[in-house]
Amino acid sequence: MLTFVAPMAKADWFALNMTRGITDISNEVFELHMLIFWICVAIGVAVFSVMFYSIYAHTKKKNPVPAKFHENHKLEIAWTIIPFLILIAMAVPASKTLVKIYDDTAGDINIQVTGYQWKWQYQYLEDDISFFANLSTDLDEIYNLVPKGENYLQEVDEMVVIPAGKKIRFLITANDVIHSWWLPAFAIKQDAIPGFVNTAWTIVEEPGIYRGRCTELCGKNHGFMPIVVKVVEQDEYDEWVLNKRNEAIKLAELTTKDWTAQELVSRGQEIYDVNCVACHQVSGQGITGIFPALAGSDIVMNDKERNIEILMEGVQGAAMNSFSYLSEVELASVITYTRQSWGNAEKGDGEIVIPKDIVDYKEPKI
Amino acid sequence: MNKGAKKTLIKLVVAVPLMFAFGFALVPLYDVFCEVTGLNGKVFQSEHSDDLIAEQGRPLSLQFISTNNENMPWKFEPSVKVLKIETGKYYTATFSVKNTTNKKMTAQAVPSVAPSNAAAHLKKLECFCFEKQELMPGEEALLPVKLLVSNELPSNIKNVILSYTIFDITDYNDIELASNQIVME
Amino acid sequence: MSAVIENHHEDHDHGPAKGITRWLYTTNHKDIGTLYLWFSFAMFLIGGAMAMIIRAELFQPGMQIVEPEFYNQMITLHGLIMIFGGVMPAFVGLANWLVPMMIGAPDMALPRMNNLSFWILPFAFLILLSSLFMEGGAPNFGWTFYAPLSTTYAPPSVTFFIFSVHIMGASSIMGAINVVVTIMNMRAPGVGLMKMPLFVWSWLITAYLLIAVMPVLAGAVTMMLMDIHFGTSFFNAAGGGDPVLFQHIFWFFGHPEVYIMILPAFGIVSHIIETFSRKQLFGYSSMVWAMLSIAILSFVVWAHHMFTVGLPLAAEIFFMWATMLIAVPTGVKVFNWVATMFRGSLTFETPMLFAIAFVVLFTIGGLSGLMLAIVPADFQYHDTYFVVAHFHYVLVPGAIFSIMAAVYYWIPKWSGNMYDERLGKLHFWLSFVGVNVTFFPQHFIGLAGMPRRYPDYSLQFADWNMVSSVGAFLFGFSQLLFLFIVLKTVMGGKKATSQVWDGARGLEWTVASPAPYHTFSTPPKVD
Repeated sequence: MLTFVAPMAKADWFALNMTRGITDISNEVFELHMLIFWICVAIGVAVFSVMFYSIYAHTKKKNPVPAKFHENHKLEIAWTIIPFLILIAMAVPASKTLVKIYDDTAGDINIQVTGYQWKWQYQYLEDDISFFANLSTDLDEIYNLVPKGENYLQEVDEMVVIPAGKKIRFLITANDVIHSWWLPAFAIKQDAIPGFVNTAWTIVEEPGIYRGRCTELCGKNHGFMPIVVKVVEQDEYDEWVLNKRNEAIKLAELTTKDWTAQELVSRGQEIYDVNCVACHQVSGQGITGIFPALAGSDIVMNDKERNIEILMEGVQGAAMNSFSYLSEVELASVITYTRQSWGNAEKGDGEIVIPKDIVDYKEPKI
Repeated sequence: MNKGAKKTLIKLVVAVPLMFAFGFALVPLYDVFCEVTGLNGKVFQSEHSDDLIAEQGRPLSLQFISTNNENMPWKFEPSVKVLKIETGKYYTATFSVKNTTNKKMTAQAVPSVAPSNAAAHLKKLECFCFEKQELMPGEEALLPVKLLVSNELPSNIKNVILSYTIFDITDYNDIELASNQIVME
Repeated sequence: MSAVIENHHEDHDHGPAKGITRWLYTTNHKDIGTLYLWFSFAMFLIGGAMAMIIRAELFQPGMQIVEPEFYNQMITLHGLIMIFGGVMPAFVGLANWLVPMMIGAPDMALPRMNNLSFWILPFAFLILLSSLFMEGGAPNFGWTFYAPLSTTYAPPSVTFFIFSVHIMGASSIMGAINVVVTIMNMRAPGVGLMKMPLFVWSWLITAYLLIAVMPVLAGAVTMMLMDIHFGTSFFNAAGGGDPVLFQHIFWFFGHPEVYIMILPAFGIVSHIIETFSRKQLFGYSSMVWAMLSIAILSFVVWAHHMFTVGLPLAAEIFFMWATMLIAVPTGVKVFNWVATMFRGSLTFETPMLFAIAFVVLFTIGGLSGLMLAIVPADFQYHDTYFVVAHFHYVLVPGAIFSIMAAVYYWIPKWSGNMYDERLGKLHFWLSFVGVNVTFFPQHFIGLAGMPRRYPDYSLQFADWNMVSSVGAFLFGFSQLLFLFIVLKTVMGGKKATSQVWDGARGLEWTVASPAPYHTFSTPPKVD
């Protein structure tokens, strides 16, 4: 069964401590963590050395007659007050750091982060950029059919790009269940709660790629929705923004083009593998009792209208979300892909869905 | 069983339903707590009050964001994304909404303010979020919110975000059990 | 406590009934205690088997033996079964056996309710386990069942889960009421409150906590039920509810619940350390006050489980300071145990080994708890394996070691036979090594950045996960040895004296071993 195991050379015996991170706040958090850690070690050493001394020196053999004392008020008062003072010594710097973390002024760039089952959406509020970040690790790697890559389970199809040296503010929310956006290098962890917006901010000086994860159980693929942030210099960022805008324009053009079934199917397969495969499976068979099969489904074979409707609006009370956030081209291709695969075309009407159909659907018929 | 035991027993047996009720009482208590502290960025409707109006306000940028909860196909966005305002003055902002489906649907928008310690200082006189929105297929509407940010807003806050998440509640129309509202009214 | 006892031979009294009806209809506190203990052992093995599945899946990166969907069901059931089926019933079982004997009462105050509170428990867990075979599978939203994952997005079996939690709650509440009524009213003359053995004190406080918070849990699941089936919106933002409210209510129950699972352990360990140090417990009254203050503080710290939900600054600071305050009474307890051992006359029988391991490892768990209280640092620890390591350190070598220590310590009194000391020590060392190899590396995994409830992980976490899994298998399979030792002791072995341990104090050691079916029908005389 285990054709490929993890390449052990990649694993890290020395990954023992907290990520120090690369922001001022994350460094401060790290220092705080070490401070408390060493205080705890000191307390532990003090208490246990007395205890182990007793275990060594006060055995029945060495000390056959036990002492009689069973209280000592001075001692008891001392070991109530001293820990109390130590605690204050820890709580004061912790509170100070906390106040800094909560210091919420405006950000230079505001990015709305929305958690979905099981991906993240990033919307750059000032620049009208919006995209989804999905796990890009191949299913075959997860199921041990091919060797695992270096960034196994911590790579996405589109990174969040931010400029160095600017104050970035993340507005974190969720679309369905509670998620949590964690980026250790920035020391940011904020729950993403449907209906509510939480904020977190950071200023990163060092360009680089930083990886994080979802940290609130959000269903089946909780472990498969990583976060990757790429910090770049300002000019590179400006270029990226420009490119993203051009992409959006191109996509709009695509909806007006004439599409062949083949083009749609090949494009649709990519989208299916990212968005649908987790539930409906590669074979289109779904999972009995939880996720319905698409292969041989009457709707997918014969009911184009309902097929589009389900993707646009989801199914109330079921795990099927609305995918209306996908572009017209993406929606049309993925629907066409399901209508053409697994023998559905042969058994059903074999009709394809083109981007225009989706545009039409969005124009309400009264 | 002796008398003392019976007494203890009765006390404990009474305590159990009381604690059960307390669990439910946490719901309205929590709302009150939220309103007072601005916990969670919840915003409640407030009365018009001249006390809030200030001659000398300070500048602030008010940012609006909109989110569609899952299965909500409507088009929903703020008419203006960022509003430069001054504290202590009333403003009206609007959100445009459009039912893009071919069915009649009902929606409810849920507001949230960030940073959360600004919530207690954001006063809403009118807001579409206090009511359900029902739209016919293809119908569009402009939804107003009239608000004021009080002068007491902590001075380190230079930017307040008002977010609305719109939920499809077509299927659970007619149910007025939304616990929080019952108690708040 | 010193006691002068006339040992009454109660020949006129009837013994236990024969056959299965003895157990079905029994109102005898010792029988019911035995039932609770065996039940919790069974649950411990079932929950443990689930832990083995979890650790086997995490042995290597990649999905190997289960699917993520099933993995989530395993972590949920593992948590629920270990907490509500393993630890809590074991403590109730110990309370049933020991509280009446320790305070010189003939039985629990409400024997028929005692029978009922046990016998509804197996049904609760049958319902919970049967959900594994239902369409959509068992509950998969974690033992904390946060809304809306556990409401709008839950599998259909959630209704059965709610029903089963209601039954568990009812059982715990009845058990707790029984304990309070017994302790408050049935103490033998001369057993004043401040003369009660610490185990009795710890259970009195625990019982009050249970009565205070189990109904709140019942309320929380009732609200869930209403949200799911009756269209209310307690936790649904669309209808004006709030998913964060669920977390507040849950942890208002959940944090006292944590102490429910550790206070009786404090009691047990105090007795054992006192006995094998052959020296009176140091600071009895401060032990009582420490437990009381821990219990009271447990009601004002719940939000430290929720530091990342976006609480306002003032709330974060309040809950941080309140949480850190708990370290003071907890520290007092640890210092008292050490002072009890200091200049004692120590021997290291199996119960003592478990008790010493408890003090050391529980303290490690307590210290990592202190670290978790520091809000800025918690932003990095929250929901990672560091938290998993923390609460397993307080629950496994904490609560569960104390239960094992209690079993070794009192089984001669229960069965009349001594356990096999060599096997007992072997069991201890295997468990001790197993627990540490399992959970210590989880600190590293968590700090390095692996979140909890992940069925699969990236490569940098691979080494320590493998170590942790090996430790888990060692710990898991050593418990079969424990089962063997218990069975062997019950079936035969060296006869125990009534005193059993030369340093033991307390009324339970004044009756014969095995303890007669009815003890203290006439109250003992206590000075």
